[in-house]
Amino acid sequence: MTALTVVRESTAALQQPPPISPEVATRWLVAFLRDEIVERRGMHRAVIGLSGGVDSAVTTYLSSLALGPENVYAFRLPYKTSSPESLADAQLVIDALGVNARTIDISAAVDGYLQFEPDADARRCGNVMARTRMLVLFDQSAKLGALPVGTGNKTERLLGYFTWHADDTPPVNPIGDLFKTQVWALARYLGVPQKLIDKAPSADLEADQTDEGDLGITYARADAILAQMLLGYTDEQLFERGFDAPDVTLVRRRVESTHWKRHLPTTAMLTNTAINEFYLRPVDY
Amino acid sequence: MAARSNGEHRTARFDVRLVQAKPKKGRYAENLAHTTEVFAQIAADGVPDLIVLPEAAMTGYFLEGAVYDLARSADSFANDLVRAWRSGAGERDVDVCSGFYENDDGTYYNSAIYLHIGRSDHEIVHVHRKMFLPTYGVFDEERFLSRGRRLQVFDTRIGRMAMLICEDLWHAIMPTIAAIKGARVILVPSAAPGRGIEGASELTSITHWREILRASASEHGVYVLYAGLAGFEGGKGMTGSSCIVDPRGTVSVQAPELGACIVSGTIDMREADLARATLPLLGDLNAVLPDLLLDDELPIPKGRT
Repeated sequence: MTALTVVRESTAALQQPPPISPEVATRWLVAFLRDEIVERRGMHRAVIGLSGGVDSAVTTYLSSLALGPENVYAFRLPYKTSSPESLADAQLVIDALGVNARTIDISAAVDGYLQFEPDADARRCGNVMARTRMLVLFDQSAKLGALPVGTGNKTERLLGYFTWHADDTPPVNPIGDLFKTQVWALARYLGVPQKLIDKAPSADLEADQTDEGDLGITYARADAILAQMLLGYTDEQLFERGFDAPDVTLVRRRVESTHWKRHLPTTAMLTNTAINEFYLRPVDY
Repeated sequence: MAARSNGEHRTARFDVRLVQAKPKKGRYAENLAHTTEVFAQIAADGVPDLIVLPEAAMTGYFLEGAVYDLARSADSFANDLVRAWRSGAGERDVDVCSGFYENDDGTYYNSAIYLHIGRSDHEIVHVHRKMFLPTYGVFDEERFLSRGRRLQVFDTRIGRMAMLICEDLWHAIMPTIAAIKGARVILVPSAAPGRGIEGASELTSITHWREILRASASEHGVYVLYAGLAGFEGGKGMTGSSCIVDPRGTVSVQAPELGACIVSGTIDMREADLARATLPLLGDLNAVLPDLLLDDELPIPKGRT
């Protein structure tokens, strides 16, 4: 008898970052931006902090599709230690799309405060820069009658790799439910300049800083772990699926120590009309 | 035979319209005014036999505590729909099905109403209260609403029908019971927040919905009319995709996922007869059902609680 072919299930896909159809995601996110900005708020313009990285580039591309490039205002907001390469990479997006662009050096604003804090370490300085950038974006939004559009991706939100009440403050964010690897896939689909897709992601708050260096894990690995962790799989199940214990532990620790960063401030509840506890109204009501 | 068949089924074909509404959150009066305009557009193109609107069509779906501000009694909602129809279409007969949040003397439901609007009067034919209230993940219905207790079918000039609201249809036993009770048409007002970006051409939740709609229709030989809400609510995009599924499980017309629109189609009860004759699963089920239900291992209460 000829032996029968055995058709085996494969677990190889579990080792990979979660898949995405960029075409489906683009269609959905463009509709989201139009509904949120134009139909719900009656606005027609967006302001975006364009860093030279892939997240803000993708957000700028999506916003251009939703509103037209003439209604998108990209702001390059360098500090004196920011990499000149970031400015140049942001310019590639501006040139490709034809969006409105302005560069505002935040060094004087940041140093206006930090001159009184000469001992501030790199992390504190980075946070001041991030918050200053949001100060500028929100003021420009008031000036232009435009809505700030957020650029934080799901991976950095889950790992707590952002400055609270800075990167996460814009009222709408099209890419916040996309892992970093999915943002890269979207960038390729949208035609974001290849240089921005290929370069190592960096917050550019400190010299030679990279995200993956800061985090201690690659985005590809982190996203594959996060995708399954969020579905409820335990560390032991992830080990069984071939993930390394140090990676799983690192990701778990970062997620579980940063839940607070994904919420509004904790408010003491004293009455049975406490806002968002008893008095419950949706954000678009 | 042919002549007799034609004679019996002179009125077997019905025009239906599905309104894929995109209401503004909480603005009941504004949405009702817009519905009046939609009714006028529909009537101008020829008055159909039946118009189906989505779940929460006049308010939007995610209301949280605002449901208590916006819910209406069935009578009040019926009167609003009748006024909207007469303002938009004049004194012409039509049947209308629509989802709404219902206030029944301080008990709140996610309901759907079926109305017959005559030239000078109207009748509430049936109100279905959603039985399966999703309360997990993004959903929080049972925090604010009470669940319906009965799945009833009702007779219309088109035929016997049932209304199932959104998750009601995700439980295969619901269309099964509706069909066993004689429903030939199942109306599904829905509000489905889309998710799943790994599919090739559409959100995977849309694909999943269509599989359920097709399976429900083809297993029981019933028409399924799905009216989906559209638009984004606080980042959650409703997937529209309103469609008519015929009794063989074929989607005869389907709206896009995004944006408001009107879906126009027909249903033909002769098709339902033929579908059941070709694939007599419902008849088989009726024969076997007593054995299934008499199984002592089933957790079926012996008396109504």
